[in-house]
Amino acid sequence: MPKKYTNCAGLAGLLAALVIVPHFLKYHHQDFLIFLTINVLVVSSYRLVTLTGEWSLIHAVMMGVGAYASTLLTKSAGLSFWISLPLAGCVAGAVAAILCFPLFRMTQFYFLIGSFAAGEAIRLCWIHFIQPFGGTGGISGIPFPELGNIDFLEPVPYFYLVLVIVTLCLVLLYRIEKSRIGLTLRAVHWKAPLAESVGVDTWKYRSLAFIIGSAFVGIAGSLKVHYLGTVTPNQYGIGFMVFILIWVIVGGYATFYGAIIGVVVLSILDESFRGFEELRPAIYGLILIASILFLPSGLESVPERIRGWVSNRAAARNGPGIQG
Amino acid sequence: MDLLEIRQVTKVFGGLTALNEVSFHVKSGNIHGLIGPNGAGKSTMFKNISGFSTPTSGDIFFNGHSIKGRKPSEIAHLGVARTFQETTLFQELTVLENALVGAHKRAKTNIFSAIFNLDRHIQQECMEKTLSMLDFMGLAERKNQLASELPLGSQRALAITIALASEPVVLLMDEPFAGMNPEETRHMMGLTEKVRQSGVTIVLVEHDMKAVMGICDYLTVLNFGSLLAEGTPDAIRHDAKVIRAYLGNTEAM
Repeated sequence: MPKKYTNCAGLAGLLAALVIVPHFLKYHHQDFLIFLTINVLVVSSYRLVTLTGEWSLIHAVMMGVGAYASTLLTKSAGLSFWISLPLAGCVAGAVAAILCFPLFRMTQFYFLIGSFAAGEAIRLCWIHFIQPFGGTGGISGIPFPELGNIDFLEPVPYFYLVLVIVTLCLVLLYRIEKSRIGLTLRAVHWKAPLAESVGVDTWKYRSLAFIIGSAFVGIAGSLKVHYLGTVTPNQYGIGFMVFILIWVIVGGYATFYGAIIGVVVLSILDESFRGFEELRPAIYGLILIASILFLPSGLESVPERIRGWVSNRAAARNGPGIQG
Repeated sequence: MDLLEIRQVTKVFGGLTALNEVSFHVKSGNIHGLIGPNGAGKSTMFKNISGFSTPTSGDIFFNGHSIKGRKPSEIAHLGVARTFQETTLFQELTVLENALVGAHKRAKTNIFSAIFNLDRHIQQECMEKTLSMLDFMGLAERKNQLASELPLGSQRALAITIALASEPVVLLMDEPFAGMNPEETRHMMGLTEKVRQSGVTIVLVEHDMKAVMGICDYLTVLNFGSLLAEGTPDAIRHDAKVIRAYLGNTEAM
């Protein structure tokens, strides 16, 4: 299929560009690129959860679970980063698995509120159990990854590390979405009783999506925390959750890449208004309102719209000619 | 032994008795009609058999095993599939995807097989089966259309395809002819007969008497939640109690 090859070539080009680009950026832009890449994994893993039609408000906290897990595993248990990274995903997945029992007794709004409450409960544990979570101040002095004599304190090597792991995770998430599991998740979303009637255990599939999504965002949390060097409960609160929702909604949730476009475009816009610090929230808000008013199906629908617009223009130009 | 046995099933909603100690049997290979005036409890009976609702008392046996209180997905795994009233489909999926979801029992996979494509041959086999099923139901050339774009007749055919893809022993059809014109009804009757020929036992709830009389081997008539009569279509047609239930008390007129 030629289209497949052009897509592959496009992705390879994008990856190559991402390998080269950091060398031409200033220090704080390199930082920005690292967090942006991590956030791409955050929204993509959230997408898997939303495939079943259930929007949770606990995804940011799940990222925190991964972050705290990785912190404690390296700092207190003395494990290496390379073991802690997958383990952080496992811990987030395991916490999600336990939460499935109360949470998936609910659907829709009740699930939304339930997931928020469960997330706050976890956050309160971090605040109140000073041993081992460090209270409101969190934990700092988290070790950087070590591998040979690569200096992961520098942004560029750390960016490459993040790029490799995020790309790997995205490939896995994409494969899951395109597999029979993804199809079943969408079926659960569109008509749960019909899916049940042909043998789909909808509870199991909702749980599966939630567990896998949480495991991947746990990995994102681990990646973030080992670069920042600190973890606090407030980094993973409802504020960050709202950003995740905005990225996904503005980007669009009909396709795999919609949310990624959302997080990339909005983050770059936000970053480019750094000069007008007081106006930033207002500009950001206006962009949001405008995009929801004029692009209700998200940024992902833009290419389709342009195509439609161009062909309409062409038709309008050719129309009279054909008649005349 | 009867394939499906409904034994003394009662269903109470609050103060309302929707089903009152109803018993009947479904023989293997039959097309069994479940009829009755509005509110007779036919759909409630369907929900109880397919697990979407649990009887207040009584029991339901499939192949000699009680299925009362099981989840719909478990009952589907045992071999009881159902279609729904109206056109309940995965509207946003394509026709092919709809049918593929139906094949869940055979083709369900785990996360590792999904990522690494380990069960390729099962998925391939499932795809081939599904395609031939679409062909069987006359939907092959529409396979890439969205389910929501199909005309009514094809939507119903797709609903049956989804249920059949789960390879059921018994297929419960909830009002398969509702809202159809005579030609569509005839076509659907033909499909139903074809499904029975392929070895699936069918239980259907239906209001279209002409279709019911034409296609069913055996009828169970419910009225106000109780069993009113049962027998062959010919016997039911001439049953005084059934005529009274449908037309009202003729003496009073």
